[in-house]
Amino acid sequence: MKNKEVKSKTAQKPEPKEEQAPKGKRGFWSQIGQTLLIPGLAVFTGLVFGAIIIIVTDTRVIAAYKNFFNYPGTALLSTFESVFSAYGALFSGAFGSPVALVKGIQVYIATSDNTLLLKAIYPFTESLVTATPYIFAGLAVALGFRCGLFNIGAEGQFFIGALCSAYVGYAFKMPWYLHLPLALLAGALGGAIWGAIPGYLKAVTGAHEVVNTIMMNWIAFRLSDWLLTGPMMAAGYRPVTPVVQDTAFLPRLFSDPLRFNAGFFLALAVAALVYWFLFKTTLGFEIRSVGINPHASRYAGMSIVLNFVLVMTLSGALAGLAGTSQVLGVDHWVGQGFSAGYGFDSIALALLGKSHPLGVVLAALLFGFLRGGATKMQSMAGIPIDIISVIQGSVIIFVAAPAIIRAIYRIRVARAEEAVLTRGWGK
Amino acid sequence: MPSVLELRGVTKEFPGVLANDHIDLTLMEGEIHALLGENGAGKTTLMNILYGLYNPDEGQIIIRGENVEIHSPSDAIMRGVGMVHQHFMLIPVMTVTENVMLGVETTHHGAFLNRSEVAQRIHEISEQYGLEVDPDSYIKDLPVGIQQRVEIIKVLYRQADILILDEPTAVLTPQEVEGLFKVLRSLIARGKSIIFITHKLKEVMALADRITVLRGGKVVGTVTPQESSQEKLAAMMVGRQVNLIIRKKPANPKEVALEVKNLYVCDERKNLLVQDVSFDVRVGEVLGIAGVQGNGQTELVYALTGLLPVVSGEVSILGKPMHHSSPRNILERGVAHVPEDRQKHGLVLSFPVHYNLVLCTYYLSPFARGVTLQEGTIISTATQLVDQFDVRTPSVFLPVSTLSGGNQQKVIVAREFSRPIKLLIASQPTRGLDVGSIEYIHNCIIAKRDEGTAVLLVSPELDEIIALSDRIAIMYKGQIVDIVPAKGVNRDYLGLLMAGVKPDEALETTPRTTEEVEIERVF
Repeated sequence: MKNKEVKSKTAQKPEPKEEQAPKGKRGFWSQIGQTLLIPGLAVFTGLVFGAIIIIVTDTRVIAAYKNFFNYPGTALLSTFESVFSAYGALFSGAFGSPVALVKGIQVYIATSDNTLLLKAIYPFTESLVTATPYIFAGLAVALGFRCGLFNIGAEGQFFIGALCSAYVGYAFKMPWYLHLPLALLAGALGGAIWGAIPGYLKAVTGAHEVVNTIMMNWIAFRLSDWLLTGPMMAAGYRPVTPVVQDTAFLPRLFSDPLRFNAGFFLALAVAALVYWFLFKTTLGFEIRSVGINPHASRYAGMSIVLNFVLVMTLSGALAGLAGTSQVLGVDHWVGQGFSAGYGFDSIALALLGKSHPLGVVLAALLFGFLRGGATKMQSMAGIPIDIISVIQGSVIIFVAAPAIIRAIYRIRVARAEEAVLTRGWGK
Repeated sequence: MPSVLELRGVTKEFPGVLANDHIDLTLMEGEIHALLGENGAGKTTLMNILYGLYNPDEGQIIIRGENVEIHSPSDAIMRGVGMVHQHFMLIPVMTVTENVMLGVETTHHGAFLNRSEVAQRIHEISEQYGLEVDPDSYIKDLPVGIQQRVEIIKVLYRQADILILDEPTAVLTPQEVEGLFKVLRSLIARGKSIIFITHKLKEVMALADRITVLRGGKVVGTVTPQESSQEKLAAMMVGRQVNLIIRKKPANPKEVALEVKNLYVCDERKNLLVQDVSFDVRVGEVLGIAGVQGNGQTELVYALTGLLPVVSGEVSILGKPMHHSSPRNILERGVAHVPEDRQKHGLVLSFPVHYNLVLCTYYLSPFARGVTLQEGTIISTATQLVDQFDVRTPSVFLPVSTLSGGNQQKVIVAREFSRPIKLLIASQPTRGLDVGSIEYIHNCIIAKRDEGTAVLLVSPELDEIIALSDRIAIMYKGQIVDIVPAKGVNRDYLGLLMAGVKPDEALETTPRTTEEVEIERVF
């Protein structure tokens, strides 16, 4: 009887296996395409939506349409002109003008005078400078998402990280090879503590991390107000910290006014490290498992509590590094309203990057370019900066609600890949 | 006998699945027609079409010679079709009368509920069909078997003469099942017609006048119990020959692997659900815990595996006290746990198969070196396990959520059985599985026992318990009321104890053992 059983099994098994066996790795590129499809379309749709907004808010276009029946050509032309000049400015603001770049290279080769070349790459490097804190903060939120935690506190952690690194930066004198690492470490540590508190509260009391991180944000804001007008205030009457000593600077790669610095590469290295941590280590395995199904994780012997604390601590450290990179690499001091919403934007960014380190880097670059280009768009094409925010916002809406994109482009839902980012309340 | 209901070519397609493929079915007046099939065969879809919850893509429904379209349950009720759902649709804090009249309230002066009149009707229906129930008692105070009667009364109160019962025996004790069968027979004697959905062969053979077997959304055939047998029906359901009897050697119990002494456990809401439970399980034997679902079995297993805290009492595993240990410490002591709820506890559904196969061992050598995962080793081990345990999946990289229930369960079995274990705790290991997978998992459990593992089996399916166990403990309201040897055990005795009868009282009428030696397989 046992023989029969074995026979029937071997008789049935091969059909499905041979047919579909190679599927596992063959789909690598199609998988990448699949993953990028929705965010890509979301960005595209956001830009199209932005174009519509530009058109309907441009007074010249509106004026031209008043005479649409007499001069339809003028109306259409002014429409295209408006969008074209706006997005042209966005592009050159984000990446620099190609013409200027070519010219800069020519001059540099001919005369080895690099001023024109540096001027040509300035917009591009500024975009990367803006992207740097986005990468750190995006990684922070993404790491939380992976464990099923919603870290809204990146903004507060950013502040605390910035203040800690600034303090170490201006208060101590030591050689750069000690000073810089120590300042970085202080920033990470400050953020880590700010993240660990809500993590610990969640683990021990079950208090929801969303509430606690929001509250920790307010504590951070008011604490920094107090510090900047009191203990950490520089000589004078402005509420800012003293300037960090140059031994703690993240080294800049070009001369002024280019602010591009080693922070960007540090951010890329940290992204790679987070990738390795999440996908190649046992701790990352646990974090992802707890994030998807805490019940099964507990059943399998993992400690939910420990993972919550660990992830919130690391997430806080990453957000702290975002602030640190801004202080040590760009501003060299901390003032009120220093963060400019990096911590909040990073939530959208982590969603856009699907909580994957590589995705976060790409999303951060996109945000950096959008922000960099926005300034130029404002000055050159006369588009109000608010419209830029509208475009950014619509990109985020389309990304955060992929169902809209699927509905617009009639994309079939791939059921298996639906990942739960965070769990709702009370679970 | 004229036909009261005819389905012709009923077809329903869901995205990617043809749930019903041109199904023909005829229900005669005054017959019990069993609809038999594995999970996913299309039984419930078909009945939901008949009850107006889905619209068919194609096909006709003919009730008493009249071609009808049923768009909603109220249409169905109007045509005399009533349904008793698997999960009762009753409101626990209301009385029987209130539940029965819900939706068809009788009022006087247009505003006041006429409870007494409804209670009178309920009384009449009860007498007529032998459905005894007190119209004034609250649903929450009634045992499950009586709640089911209320559901049937609800349907009869709405003057249905075609009754659909969806898996009605799943929640009942053996005695309650007998009672239900009596009621159903009295219903057909009075001219009602019944469609009885099930996947249990024994019940079909005992009750049905005719049996229609569905497989993969198609009708395989319609037979009578006289011209068929359990083996033949199983083969029709699965599409191949199935081994119906478990062959196992007598147990050879050795040292105690699990010892439980005076255990008390609360659930998460602090209800005391396990009270003063003591037993032991020896290496090389299967101890089965029988009982109707919800009598503390779940909490007992959670406490043994560290998922719920022990309130008081002792648990020792291989001689070491473990009642305050973490789940990981218990796992590392050599305990395997096949959990009751495989999707909640057993699997991380969006993780690929190979990750789920190392869910408990990912941090140990050879799957990890230091803190780094050894992806290569994990993949090769997973591939080998998938092969060995016959998990049907195109690739180990697919999320485990894409697998069928039976294959998901096999992933859990593969993971738990491939570790070096001394104690296996299996909770409803075959719940909701098809016949083929049940057969496979049962054989795996017996093989583990013979290799020298102690097995604690928890299942509400009495047949499964009797077939696999060497000793049987009966659990009722959080307590173990008796432990008996499985060989030759009397099912009626077990059934009485499961229903809450005290052992001495049960023994007055029913002996513990019978002469019947044949061990039958479960469905």
